[in-house]
Amino acid sequence: MTLANPSDFNGNLQPQGWLRYFSFSLDHKVIGLQYLVCGFIFYLIGGALAGVIRTELVSPISDFVSRETYNEVLTLHGTVMIFLWIVPVVNGAFGNYLIPFYVGARDMAFPRLNAVAFWLIPPAGILLISSYFIAGAAAQSGWTAYPPLSLTTPAAGQVVWILSVLLLGGSSIFGGINFIATILKLRRPGLKLMMLPMYCWAMLGTSILVVLSTPVLAGTLILLSFDIIAHTGFFNPTMGGNVVVYQHLFWFYSHPAVYIMVLPAFGLVSEILPIHARKPLFGYTTMVYSIMAIVFLGLIVWAHHMFTSGTPPWMRLFFTIATSFIAVPTGIKFFNWLATLWGGKIALNSAMLFSCAFIVNFVFGGITGVALAQVPFDIHVHDTYFVVGHFHYIVYGGTVFVIFGSLYHWYPKFTGRLLNEDLGRLHFLLTFIGFNLCFAPQHWLGLNGMPRRVAEYDPAFTTLNQVSSVGALLMAISTLPLLINIVVTAINGKEAGDNPWNALTPEWLTSSPPPVENWHGDAPLVTEPYGYGQHPELKA
Amino acid sequence: MLPLGASSNASTYDALFKVLFSIGTVLFLGIVILLVYSLFRFRRRSGDTGDGLAIEGNLPLEIVWTAIPAIVVLFVGLYSYDIYERMGGMATLNDHMTMDHAAMQQVSIKEGDLAGRVWGGIGVAGMDAVPGGPVLPIEVTAMQFAFIFHYPGADITSGELHVPTGQQVELRMEARDVIHAFWVPQFRLKQDVIPGQPTVLSFTATRAGTYPIICAELCGPYHGGMRSNVVVHEPEAYANWLQQNTPNRTTA
Repeated sequence: MTLANPSDFNGNLQPQGWLRYFSFSLDHKVIGLQYLVCGFIFYLIGGALAGVIRTELVSPISDFVSRETYNEVLTLHGTVMIFLWIVPVVNGAFGNYLIPFYVGARDMAFPRLNAVAFWLIPPAGILLISSYFIAGAAAQSGWTAYPPLSLTTPAAGQVVWILSVLLLGGSSIFGGINFIATILKLRRPGLKLMMLPMYCWAMLGTSILVVLSTPVLAGTLILLSFDIIAHTGFFNPTMGGNVVVYQHLFWFYSHPAVYIMVLPAFGLVSEILPIHARKPLFGYTTMVYSIMAIVFLGLIVWAHHMFTSGTPPWMRLFFTIATSFIAVPTGIKFFNWLATLWGGKIALNSAMLFSCAFIVNFVFGGITGVALAQVPFDIHVHDTYFVVGHFHYIVYGGTVFVIFGSLYHWYPKFTGRLLNEDLGRLHFLLTFIGFNLCFAPQHWLGLNGMPRRVAEYDPAFTTLNQVSSVGALLMAISTLPLLINIVVTAINGKEAGDNPWNALTPEWLTSSPPPVENWHGDAPLVTEPYGYGQHPELKA
Repeated sequence: MLPLGASSNASTYDALFKVLFSIGTVLFLGIVILLVYSLFRFRRRSGDTGDGLAIEGNLPLEIVWTAIPAIVVLFVGLYSYDIYERMGGMATLNDHMTMDHAAMQQVSIKEGDLAGRVWGGIGVAGMDAVPGGPVLPIEVTAMQFAFIFHYPGADITSGELHVPTGQQVELRMEARDVIHAFWVPQFRLKQDVIPGQPTVLSFTATRAGTYPIICAELCGPYHGGMRSNVVVHEPEAYANWLQQNTPNRTTA
């Protein structure tokens, strides 16, 4: 267990106080918060980019930024939000902070690898953003970087984009290996796999996806960079290359990437709901099998992104069926969450409001997702605003809502102080209204003829685009109560105590914030992390 | 919810949409109502610090809600397979290539390419094809930022697509530079146009009028401006258009 003991590395050699957040700290809690704050800064940057997109789309003509800039902005928006905000935060931030507590360890299995994984992110992010300023032009081919467009747009920006994504992919792989090793090998004696909190299972499944699929993306992008720099012809049709092969390789990573963003959110919600509903998580075993089923199915559905690319009929059918069946394990999880709430004593605080809104948003996005899986339906709406609406319901309405809920839930663990509930509810209300106003109308726009990634559109669509932009403005405003809340709490926040939610999961059984080595003495053996209603002696 | 339908696929598509929309609405409202009801009914009363019921699971219940989504997606999958077949998705390309072998030979895309390498094929509207003459082949070239339509039979080249109602049109498409996508919302059909990889899209227009052709794949700065029109004529009007625009007729 020496590897898991940060004092071997940290000791007095590591900076203390606030400085440690800018250091090569090996403490999983410091690294988790580094991920969280770094991710949130990129969320603000990605949000500003979204603001440029929604401002351009207020009018049907291209009048706010140049057409080239618009394509750079939409490329950067997608890349920043996926690779620098959602994936690092929902995996890196909460994973690093919580997993060692959940397995009863003092740190992650590979603390140095962990620090390297985090410190790849800021340079990769700076590289990506700076390509807009230094390389003359940032990547303009969307976050999908389909050749031959990505071979013909300005090369420097595209190469910088590839480098940045490779660094971020490397970071993700390092993290995935670390999570698998920690969950499987660093469990406290006596702690069996089926006793683990659900977030561990979600992170185990996610990390399997990361380790299996991210190297494929890396290989693909390296080939793409050869095509750009060395003028090879892997994906260049004028040299006999095949552009559709790129799409297969790209989506072999990028569809699992959806689950890399969503499964950890499922795990976090599974932690939040039982605590604030004072009930055990319903159907633990089926939840575990559902996660593993989603992992397996998630690897064999990628071509549903390519139904119009010219795929043979059998392939279209196979991927329709495989994709549709993801609804089964996903449905189980949602019904189990509803059953967890049923008969509980539900506290509707900010953490719960965001978590319950996640259920609403994700069910909506899931239903449009099953529709999109049907080839004949997809043929009409593929690459339209219907798809834009759909995936924002999944990644924003789903994952980002969970990130906010988790922030309110675990902030007292991070800092020992409770975030203000009134500001939290205001944050929730603005986010929920803004989000739905922004993305619900986009489904109609797509069905009626508005393609995605356009700076100009049919004037008939003006009104709904303006509604969508007002929603985006509300979403931008909604970050203010959160930021104010964090400042107010830092100055004059309510003391949380060690366990403000009266929770049974292991991270709450130590002090808040926890000591460097996580536990005062040995890690507790938590065999029933959701044993609410069974242990009256634990009640406050 | 959907734009006007103007192809034989559209009515099939709209039927599928109605089914998906109805199932989706029922499921969504059901879950939201259940959630909101639970949040209200089981809200924590002030001062109550107790726990809820210690229910950890219920196997029969879990089997039921494994079965519900399984049955729904099975039904949706089978139904959409039926729709897909009716839209001609299962017709193998070689089948419908041989239907109009004569027409194909006039097309400039080489036969060798067509035999094994043409992809696409949805929208041949096999069962729903309106009988009314042979297939009308049209070559489509997509480039930044325009579609060019060439009528091999009449040697017409046009920036707008003109087609008659009631006749199956077969677009043989190839891109010159980057990937584009040919989309007519009123036809409910879309097919990527790929450089180095011919693709095919077939449809039968049913309603005269002018509809937008939209590029649906990001293809560069002017992607949003890459639009054209498809003008659907009644057969006689189409014959007139063909006659007026055929070069050798006008010079003669």
